[in-house]
Amino acid sequence: MSSTNGPVQAEAAPRLDTDPGTKAVRAGVKWIDDRLGVAKDGGRSLLDKIFPDHWSFLLGEIALYSFVVLVLTGIFLSLYFNPSSAEVVYHGAYAPLRGTKMSIAYASTLDLSFAIRSGLVIRQMHHWAADVFVGSIAVHMIRIFFTGAFRKPRELNWIVGVTLLTLAIVNGFLGYSLPDDLISGTGIRIAYSIILSIPLVGSYLATLSFGGQFPGDGSIIPRMFILHVLVIPLIILGLIAAHLGLLVRQKHTQFPGEGRTEENVVGSPMYPTFIAKTTGFLFMITGVLWALGGLVQINPIWQFGPYEPTKISYAVQPDWYMGWLDGALRIMPSWEFSGFGHTIPFEIFLPAVLFPGLTFTLFYAWPFIEAKLTGDHAEHHLLDRPRDRPRRTAVGAGFLAFYAMLFAASSTDVLANFFNISLNIVLWSFRVIVFVVPVIVGLLTYRICLDMTGVKGVGKRKRAMIVTRSAEGEYSTVPSAPRPGDEHEELPPIPVPTYVESDEEQTQEEEGVRVVPR
Amino acid sequence: MTDVTHETPGSAPGGGGAAGGVGDTGGSGDGSDASDGADKSSPVFPVASFEDPHLEPYARNPRRAETVIGIFLILGVIGFAGYGAVYYVGGQTQVEGIFLGAGLFCFGFGLSAWGKYLLPRGPFVEERHSHVSTAAEVDAMTAAISGRGKMMFRRRGFLGGILGAGATIMGVVLAFPLLRSLGPVPKDTFDHTNWRTGSLLVDFNGRPIRSDDLEVGGALTVFPHGFVGNAMDQTFLIRPENIDIVTAPGRETWAPLGNLAFSKVCTHAGCPVGLYEEQTQQLLCPCHQSLFDVGQGRPATPVFGPAPRPLPQLPLMIDTDGYLRAQSDYDQPVGPGFWERS
Repeated sequence: MSSTNGPVQAEAAPRLDTDPGTKAVRAGVKWIDDRLGVAKDGGRSLLDKIFPDHWSFLLGEIALYSFVVLVLTGIFLSLYFNPSSAEVVYHGAYAPLRGTKMSIAYASTLDLSFAIRSGLVIRQMHHWAADVFVGSIAVHMIRIFFTGAFRKPRELNWIVGVTLLTLAIVNGFLGYSLPDDLISGTGIRIAYSIILSIPLVGSYLATLSFGGQFPGDGSIIPRMFILHVLVIPLIILGLIAAHLGLLVRQKHTQFPGEGRTEENVVGSPMYPTFIAKTTGFLFMITGVLWALGGLVQINPIWQFGPYEPTKISYAVQPDWYMGWLDGALRIMPSWEFSGFGHTIPFEIFLPAVLFPGLTFTLFYAWPFIEAKLTGDHAEHHLLDRPRDRPRRTAVGAGFLAFYAMLFAASSTDVLANFFNISLNIVLWSFRVIVFVVPVIVGLLTYRICLDMTGVKGVGKRKRAMIVTRSAEGEYSTVPSAPRPGDEHEELPPIPVPTYVESDEEQTQEEEGVRVVPR
Repeated sequence: MTDVTHETPGSAPGGGGAAGGVGDTGGSGDGSDASDGADKSSPVFPVASFEDPHLEPYARNPRRAETVIGIFLILGVIGFAGYGAVYYVGGQTQVEGIFLGAGLFCFGFGLSAWGKYLLPRGPFVEERHSHVSTAAEVDAMTAAISGRGKMMFRRRGFLGGILGAGATIMGVVLAFPLLRSLGPVPKDTFDHTNWRTGSLLVDFNGRPIRSDDLEVGGALTVFPHGFVGNAMDQTFLIRPENIDIVTAPGRETWAPLGNLAFSKVCTHAGCPVGLYEEQTQQLLCPCHQSLFDVGQGRPATPVFGPAPRPLPQLPLMIDTDGYLRAQSDYDQPVGPGFWERS
């Protein structure tokens, strides 16, 4: 059975089975190795790449697989969607809108929703996948932030990641604007005004991008389409490749623990464990998105009707990831500057251009700001527990609260209506809340972190004390027996072993006897 | 600085001790300036030393090269500016092409000339390391792949079977929306055109055609009434003679008073058979030069070129008002061949 045909290090080489399957694998490895040299160092650096077994490392995978779903469903949609502003009279499958004038973009979206088999489920799936894509990127980024995974040497990957978040948001906005329904058309109207608000060049940018004053000459939808389906997805694809390439090059971070140091990564190998798990995860995520697409209605454009510049509806909100910007627009005071023959519409420019610009600049700069503040320029591969970094955690929690409050502020009209209170009160409350709540959250977080770092055995299960009274009336306390999970039960980490088939097992199986160890 | 001769790779860093002081001691980190360490470290030349033997003669006496490069870069800038100016005044295709084309070319030429005439050129050497692994390394990788693969599927043939079958079924059902949703299946649409019994022949303007409208030798593209311009219905009406023409047994009444109609869709690749040669009485498809003989009662037999079949003939009749009508649809599919064509 054993064939140690390698003249070099013949004894060190693992024994190879001579069954046809292994021979075929060897021939394949040899063929590729002759051309690319993949078997160097046992060729196992990629096969043996270690993925830490921690749930929080799945968040990025959710983003990755949402993108896969977005590309696949997007290809499907592009086979039917027609990005044209030209006006037609609808005669399609959706009866209530028959005879209505609408753009071809809107009509083709109705057609692909109602007249194409599986069309609606895939369209809704695409929309859900976009929401999940941005959401998982955001949560992934929050995880990276609070655990300090962005620190040296991973600042580059943080920058790539922030760019991906920006592009995901932009492409999401472009995507849901394409159907030209009443809500997304209103969003485009607002986007136009935002572009227009930029000092000095705003009017030029607006007429250039829209092909004239709003609504332009009909070129905005085809332009958004090509950005949405080609330009931005290509950039995202390239950046994802860079993101993963850097990940492989720099290896994963890991939480501290038994046998885990700055010099190693402990977890499960890429092949076959991680591949099996992650391929299954891809299917699970696709399954959840497919179920959402089939079961949970999203963006029912046929209820909104086609966009007409003269129409508007109540409770118009963008997709969730634009909510913070909409909220900022709503609560901003009307501080228009006018003078020297010019106008700067700060009431738009500040919340919708400067503010997001500052936000993302801050995101980009954070690793460097933090290094500057802490003076910590060392390499870090072990992650922080958030409670161990009270200041960073407090700042992060405060920021999250800030954007969450802005998001809530994008529903001022709905809140006023729901609670039956004056819109003025809601508006003014939010102007206060947006700044007060983050400070409170930040201070509270800081306090909690400090308290937690001071407690011994924090995060461990408390062990019950058993109080016994002896016959003499003496009381004594003894800790109860440890329960499963209380003690560290992990095996000491070792390099990925070589698995060989044992002959005994084979013969036993051939005879139909299974020996089950007790 | 010092003279550096061409024998540098072997001996210069040792010999040019002054040059070594510039900072290239990274190769021998142990501090010992041994000669075997010097073999691996790269030789040191001062920047912009005109004595570097790797510099072209031009680089050692650069005035002329610099002048030429400068001229080309300036020409490039002139080209860019010219393009901008032409664009500003309204644009003109040929002038834009000249300015930007010449501008980019000259700009690039200047930069390439800079590299070629002013920068060090070889021979410098880069070692090529064979990336072919040893047999032991190939064995190790094979063992990793097959050993762990067996780890997954060994004694789990049933689960593996379900996995494989499931993945196959998933691939098939996911192809449904990607393929089947695209459009209708063909059914029998290829077997029929819009010609019906009694369809009125009309020309491009929708005007009906009398049986004597066409002079002998004339030709006209006709459609069934209501389908002017239809790709599959287009029909060539010709009138080679003034008597009933019989192109084949069973077609005795198909061409009353010499009005003979053939499908205008070529049986080769579907182009319109656009040319009627009155002299030779042949129809020519301009795409691939198939010739169909329609003289002396021939049924549009292909006589030259790649067309495999005659053009289908449309049976005509004359109604009581003297207008031409179709007796029925074509008796076979029109146009190029396909699998289901019987």
